[in-house]
Amino acid sequence: MTATTGTGQPLLALENISKVYPGVIALSDVTLRVHHGEVLALIGENGAGKSTLMKVLGGVIEPSSGTITIGDRHYDRLSVLESQAAGIAFVHQELNVFDNLDVAGNMFMGREIRTRLGFMDIEAMRKAARPLLRRVGASFKPETLVANLSLAERQLLEIAKALSIDARVVIMDEPTSSLTLSETQTLMKVIADLKSDGIAVIYISHRLGEVEQCADRVVGLRDGHVAGELAKHEINHDAMIRLMIGRDLKALYTPPSVASGGTVLSLKGIKNAVNPQSRVNLDIRAGEILGVAGLVGAGRTELAEAIFGIGDILEGELTLAGKTFRARTPREAIDAGIYLVPEDRKRTGLVLESSICENISLADLGTVSRYGLVSQKAQLRRALAQRDRLGIKANDVMRNAAELSGGNQQKVVLGKWLSMNPKLIFFDEPTRGIDVGAKSEIYKLMRGLADAGVGVVMISSDMEEVIGVSDRIVVLREGRLSGELQRAQFSEHNVLKLAVGGN
Amino acid sequence: MQKKDMWLAVLILVVGAIVYMRNPLFISPINLGNTANLIGLFGLFAIGQAFVIMTGGIDLSVGSMIALLGVLFVELVGRFGVPWPLAILITVMAGTVMGLAHGLLVTKLKMQPFVVTLCGLLIYRGVARGYTGEATAGFPFGASFPELEWLTVGRSFGVPHSFIALIIVGIITWFVLHRSVFGRHLYAVGKNEDAARYSGVRTGLVITSAYVICAVLTSIAAIYFAMFTKSVQPSSHGNFYELYAIAAAVLGGFSLRGGEGSIIGVILGAVLIQQLQNLVNLLGIPSSLNFAVMGGVILAGVLADQQFNRYRERQRAARALDALNREAAAPS
Repeated sequence: MTATTGTGQPLLALENISKVYPGVIALSDVTLRVHHGEVLALIGENGAGKSTLMKVLGGVIEPSSGTITIGDRHYDRLSVLESQAAGIAFVHQELNVFDNLDVAGNMFMGREIRTRLGFMDIEAMRKAARPLLRRVGASFKPETLVANLSLAERQLLEIAKALSIDARVVIMDEPTSSLTLSETQTLMKVIADLKSDGIAVIYISHRLGEVEQCADRVVGLRDGHVAGELAKHEINHDAMIRLMIGRDLKALYTPPSVASGGTVLSLKGIKNAVNPQSRVNLDIRAGEILGVAGLVGAGRTELAEAIFGIGDILEGELTLAGKTFRARTPREAIDAGIYLVPEDRKRTGLVLESSICENISLADLGTVSRYGLVSQKAQLRRALAQRDRLGIKANDVMRNAAELSGGNQQKVVLGKWLSMNPKLIFFDEPTRGIDVGAKSEIYKLMRGLADAGVGVVMISSDMEEVIGVSDRIVVLREGRLSGELQRAQFSEHNVLKLAVGGN
Repeated sequence: MQKKDMWLAVLILVVGAIVYMRNPLFISPINLGNTANLIGLFGLFAIGQAFVIMTGGIDLSVGSMIALLGVLFVELVGRFGVPWPLAILITVMAGTVMGLAHGLLVTKLKMQPFVVTLCGLLIYRGVARGYTGEATAGFPFGASFPELEWLTVGRSFGVPHSFIALIIVGIITWFVLHRSVFGRHLYAVGKNEDAARYSGVRTGLVITSAYVICAVLTSIAAIYFAMFTKSVQPSSHGNFYELYAIAAAVLGGFSLRGGEGSIIGVILGAVLIQQLQNLVNLLGIPSSLNFAVMGGVILAGVLADQQFNRYRERQRAARALDALNREAAAPS
């Protein structure tokens, strides 16, 4: 037995859990025990395996090996129903509420109480909901329409719902990401109450301050392994950061072959709708790869999109090559030479049901057409040129983009922009879901663009990528620019410190 | 010509052959001429509808527009003595304004196309009936406009000019939809509006243009209809015509989700629908069953198409998986 603090028989034990995907080890030999009335915090970087582990617990993912013990029953894998029956309840990061129904309707969704005639017994559901709401300290009523609840109240509703299925373990995944400070404090109180009732809480959060406040024990995950754990008295900010980092970073860096040039785009006091409380000042230079790090939800994508003409810039000034610039639509940004490789390839990057060829020319049909009619030949020539330049694995460029692998799809998105005349390209999570080979090709392309004098901005949540590829890193936290790092200062510790805040 | 369109053409020929075997009158010049005229009239605004459906929208106001614009045209020419070329211009302009209103309500004020054009359906019909006081609008007795009549209800070598108009409009719109930059943008917006926007396509402009094109073609059809019936009975003229147009587009391979379909398809759809009407007449089926036959054929057609698509989808998924496996196996 490992030195697991806590007393007696664990309520829940995950033993030697591994999950292997083709080419990726998501979890490797993870052992985790949870005791009655314990708050266990799970920390780790984006992609460390926290979500995968919790999905194993929720019965959504089947582990490749290992056992799960709940009480005195052993499982090789859980089904969703078994997980629920065992008293495991999730409070999700994205709230799964039906805002067209009332609170009671939400709590009993799928388990509605019925009258003898088979109709819904609305009174009975409301009556059953009342004590649960009181228990989580909610001030709203079972009759309240969920649309009228604040985010924090919805969070409480989710917790009350978890209690309504007699939960013994409540898993909270980034529960405070959309809460205000006082709402967070309310949640802390609720957690303490749950604890005193003997319910265990698994608390997943990037906000180390909260973890310090509520956790009895901290387990750090790193690259799918348990990196270590901290007992109550050992929990502090630095110790937690040390748990999260410490990977060997592969040498990805190719230095620029030319010195970085002047400023392509300068941001002065930029405020956008998503982060109205903050102002961003930043110079983006030609010839360098600027990494933009930060936690998911820090406002990085929104900033890039606002510059690209999606979502309004409320205040501030953009200067492009010495002239004031403001794109109201993507068309205006594109005409100015500012391009965006979006985060969600399938939704915003590509028209999946169109051919590779059509996708590549979509943003710039003017140059492959005459008198408003598209020249099939010119279009095909352009597609073939991009295919060969980028190494898109497709014999037939008339095939639908949907048929390609993730890496090749991303190359089609790149082909769309590279056939034009870029001044500045935003890459938003450019290698998410892409295999290693295609990744390094995309890094090489970015370096090539930078060397050709293009400004390259790479938004990435992958620490290895940010540190390995960038020439300079800026970090965003909750919409604010929390710091800037030069190459010599690059380290996981420094980036993470700026991303999570504190000292 | 796409494979889908080919199958539709084959279906039309097969149905034609069967009807001919049961009733040889089917290929008599009179029957063919009359049917061609109807195909022309209905085809014109079906193409318009197709542009809107391509964006994932719908235009329910088409039938009422045909009534209101028909009343307008007949009144201008018949009662106010406006020269007919000017009357055509005014009618088309009026249609354009309606289409522009639909498009702007959908794109700028983010209203749902169904709601916007349903209100159009009610408003235009109401205005037509209110303006005329339910009376039939017609040309004065003995009035004659030889050039206008030649253009609209005339025939050359037995071919009705409405049909020729359809062919001309068909060719132009074919280039617009299948060869022009605008057409490409229309497809992209229909298939994935977000990705189109992120690629710099002015999606609002594209969608609004589709409603305007629909309205312009509908106003041309309205003039042909008014000249064909010679008088416009405001409460019944053009009733349910929007459904004929939607049916033609759906039969022609358009998806109501948008992004799919071809001009040849929608024209063939219009042909098949008129052929079915003709079939009901020629085979002595009670004409009260007219709609039932049409509904049955559309249902069967779309069902068959969907099954075929599902099959193709599976094949494609298998191919993609295959390619992935090969990629994974190849040493990189």
